[in-house]
Amino acid sequence: MRGFFGKAVTAAAILAMTTSLARATDVEVLHWWTSGGEAAALNVLKDMLKGEGIGWVDMPVAGGGGEAAMTTLKARVNAGDPPTAVQMLGFDIQDWAEQGALGNLDDVAAKEGWDKVIPQAIQRFAKYDGHWVAAPVNLHSTNWVWINKAALDKTGLAAPTTWDELVAVLDKMKADGITPIAHGGQPWQDATMFDSLVLAEGVDFYKKAFVDLDPAALGGSQMAEAFNRLIKLSSYLDANFSNRDWNLASAMVIKGDAGMQFMGDWAKGEFLKAGQKPGTDFVCIRFPGTQGAVAFNSDEFAMFKVGDDKKAAQEAMASAIESPKFQSAFNVVKGSVPARTDVPDTAFDDCGKKGIADLAEANAKGTLVGSMAQGHAAPAAIKNAEYDIVTGAMNGKYKDGAEAAKALADAIAAAK
Amino acid sequence: MSGSAQADIRTRLQEWLPKLVLAPSFAVTLFFVYGFILFTILLSFTGSKMLPLWTFVGWKNYRSLWALDNWHTAIANIGVFASLYIGFSMAIGLMLAIFLDQKIRGEGMLRPIYLYPMALSFIVTGTAWKWFLDPGIGLEHILQQWGWTSFQFGWIKDGRYAIYCIVLAAVWQTSGFVMSMFLAGLRGIDNEILKAAQIDGASTWQLYRRIVIPLLRPAFMSAFVILAHLAVKSYDLVIALTGGGPGRDTELPATFMYSYTFTRNQMGIGASSAVIMLMTVAAIMVPYIYAELKEKK
Amino acid sequence: MSAVTQDTAVSTGRIARVFFYLILVLFALFYMLPLYVMAVNSLKPLSEITGGNMMALPRVWTLEAWASAWSTAQIGVEPTGLRPYFLNSILMVVPAVAISTVLGALNGYILTKWRFRGDNWVFGLMLFSCFIPFQIVLIPMAVTLGKLRLAGSVPGLVLVHVVYGLGFTTLYFRNYYAAFPTELVRAAQIDGAGFFRIFWRILLPVSGPIAVVSVIWQFTNIWNDFLFGASFGGTSQPMTVALNNLVQSSTGVKEYNVHFAGAILAALPTLFVYIVAGRYFVRGLMAGSVKG
Repeated sequence: MRGFFGKAVTAAAILAMTTSLARATDVEVLHWWTSGGEAAALNVLKDMLKGEGIGWVDMPVAGGGGEAAMTTLKARVNAGDPPTAVQMLGFDIQDWAEQGALGNLDDVAAKEGWDKVIPQAIQRFAKYDGHWVAAPVNLHSTNWVWINKAALDKTGLAAPTTWDELVAVLDKMKADGITPIAHGGQPWQDATMFDSLVLAEGVDFYKKAFVDLDPAALGGSQMAEAFNRLIKLSSYLDANFSNRDWNLASAMVIKGDAGMQFMGDWAKGEFLKAGQKPGTDFVCIRFPGTQGAVAFNSDEFAMFKVGDDKKAAQEAMASAIESPKFQSAFNVVKGSVPARTDVPDTAFDDCGKKGIADLAEANAKGTLVGSMAQGHAAPAAIKNAEYDIVTGAMNGKYKDGAEAAKALADAIAAAK
Repeated sequence: MSGSAQADIRTRLQEWLPKLVLAPSFAVTLFFVYGFILFTILLSFTGSKMLPLWTFVGWKNYRSLWALDNWHTAIANIGVFASLYIGFSMAIGLMLAIFLDQKIRGEGMLRPIYLYPMALSFIVTGTAWKWFLDPGIGLEHILQQWGWTSFQFGWIKDGRYAIYCIVLAAVWQTSGFVMSMFLAGLRGIDNEILKAAQIDGASTWQLYRRIVIPLLRPAFMSAFVILAHLAVKSYDLVIALTGGGPGRDTELPATFMYSYTFTRNQMGIGASSAVIMLMTVAAIMVPYIYAELKEKK
Repeated sequence: MSAVTQDTAVSTGRIARVFFYLILVLFALFYMLPLYVMAVNSLKPLSEITGGNMMALPRVWTLEAWASAWSTAQIGVEPTGLRPYFLNSILMVVPAVAISTVLGALNGYILTKWRFRGDNWVFGLMLFSCFIPFQIVLIPMAVTLGKLRLAGSVPGLVLVHVVYGLGFTTLYFRNYYAAFPTELVRAAQIDGAGFFRIFWRILLPVSGPIAVVSVIWQFTNIWNDFLFGASFGGTSQPMTVALNNLVQSSTGVKEYNVHFAGAILAALPTLFVYIVAGRYFVRGLMAGSVKG
């Protein structure tokens, strides 16, 4: 017993000494991209860095759309040992920058002209106080509808472009004996659906309510209308929607058990992997009433403050992330579109091409707005307060939209 | 002379030795537990958001906390969850231990079966339970396929009953371990005592009620502490089974604390909820521990 | 001696025994159910799971999911499977369980047989420490480990697990030793036996059942811990973090068969401990030696 114990301690001590105290020419990367496709996409980056003699120390922590990784990050930073680069979303980047924990990428950004090719709306998150602190990887957008083509054809109606047309299609699908809407009852999914409904009330209203957090807009009649529509949509769900994973909801549409799903563009990967083709097996449209607008979220790599010896590797990584080669290779796999507007769309499928065109249009027209559900409209406390109310409305907590809108205004006031 | 002095030192050392051996454990407990609790109490009076921030805001976090619907849900749920979970686990654990102690053939096989649920991380076991309880693919679906078409079991999708599904999975996970604690207790009881009582004509029922169960008192205490601690800390279970839903109906203090501290970046409120939880646990456990320990003297 | 070899002292009738077996088997089935679901589905190809009945036996039996979970599944950017993470976990769990159990035994021994003024206070404080929510520990622990230069290392993780396991192990041993006759200890003292000698020769030999409970408890908790492992494991991440990475993917197909296979694989060491340790639940071990 004692001998064994002694050995174990020695082994532990040796292990502690040898486990990669990351070399100066390595980058340590904390991320939650662990599924096959995502990891394959990250490997492109890893190989590009390897070509420059830079090693990759992997720190994957999946779970809760990055929540687990963010908790790990807090522990790492408090222990005085932050990773080189961390996958991050929206306001988290600004929060860390405010703590003074992030490095400065101005040199690379200036050399490669990031200011010109990356949309302002993304720069809002990748820059803090005028300095680049993060390298944007992609741009996802949430106001998509994924429709089973066969089910849509059966209704005899065209893909809906207005709310009334949408309701007509849903009613017809219900009459055809399928579940009209495939949905997973998790707060973030409820909120993703709600993003589209608020955006359909108008881009200006969306900005006023979700970005400026104007109490009158949050509690007003347009918000009440959006909630009423959410409650209306919730009547087209099956009984078991609660806590269903989003990809299982996608599977319902793929199999034809359900008519459509309101979900971000990452849902496309599910359809493609099931061997479906855009246009022939499934249809991708913008949520009725939000055509021309894009509610986005952007995955970025926030660069933490590191010693001067590691700075070169960190900058090389940032440069590789912004290279058109990686932008194209990664986003084709991920279902998102490149974070820079000058990447050719040749490698993308129809939905991807549409996404790239939509982004360019929205960027030019000023209708590119941050997604509330994905933490790109308001900080975490506000976002979660919104989740509480939206998920409550989905589950019949409020008698009508007006009551929900009032609750939303109150909850956001309390969380500010 | 020197011999007796040496003996003196040795006796003195013998006197001090137990305290010296105990000291490191006690010291780390003071620092890593009570020090950190103190830290949390201080934190609960600050305006901390993402990281600790030492700007004091008085009782603001506590006021915000009690104004939150989620917190009220969490409090109501922990009451239901803890009492049912502790009650059922103890009852089942004790029953199985007593039955297993009747010279049961195949005990060696049954024991690991009862215990194994503890071994499985809930990260994945949650999925199995989630499926099983899901009306669309689980129990309801299967029984209906087998011909019992009127059978309905959709608790997990219903905000009023979902918490009971969490109780079920939690009891499943730990009642076997409670069984092993009681079994260890039963096997520590001197058989002579039991024999003597039987000779005196006590029935089996009386034997257990009057003699065995009172003798199991320390085992009850261990089981209670373990279960209460698990009830308070239940996190994985909820996340895996319901994700806190439907809506926020299965929020528990542990999930509340985690989400406000780490994902909602409202660390001050998270800390104040932790303080309230600790206070509540103390209010229940301290009198209990006190009574248990006093009895021993 | 007869007490050990003979029977349970409590005799029961035939009908009662049938009832006991019935209940015991019913509960065994209840406990086995989720394992059945997991095992059956881990042996199916993915297409059979998404389309089929979760309780049905596989139409095509395949070990592919198991092979994948073990050595080729994507964990991070590397498709390593769970294999390399087992060593990380074992290097952490063995010392942590051993240290916390030994310390718990010593503490329990002192708190019952070497009582001193305020000992109940000490015990009460250690006991209450069981209730500290790990969420509140995270930040101050990170700062402390950083100061000790133990962050992101196996010894750091061992320290964390020992610290938060002590309350439990002390509780187990204290309550177990409380029932042990103190006269025997006094007698040994009069015979000139010292502190450690009494522990080693008198208490330890009868500690089998409770050591089993303590080891099972600690092993299970430490092996299955995610929060500390993910936060303080650094690059030597334990099993659970890998399993979590395997199971949780934000986008992409969920390979349930691989998840289930991985979960069972990850639980094997704990199950092994249960089966081996279970042998030491020997009836009357304590009573037997007391009568010596």
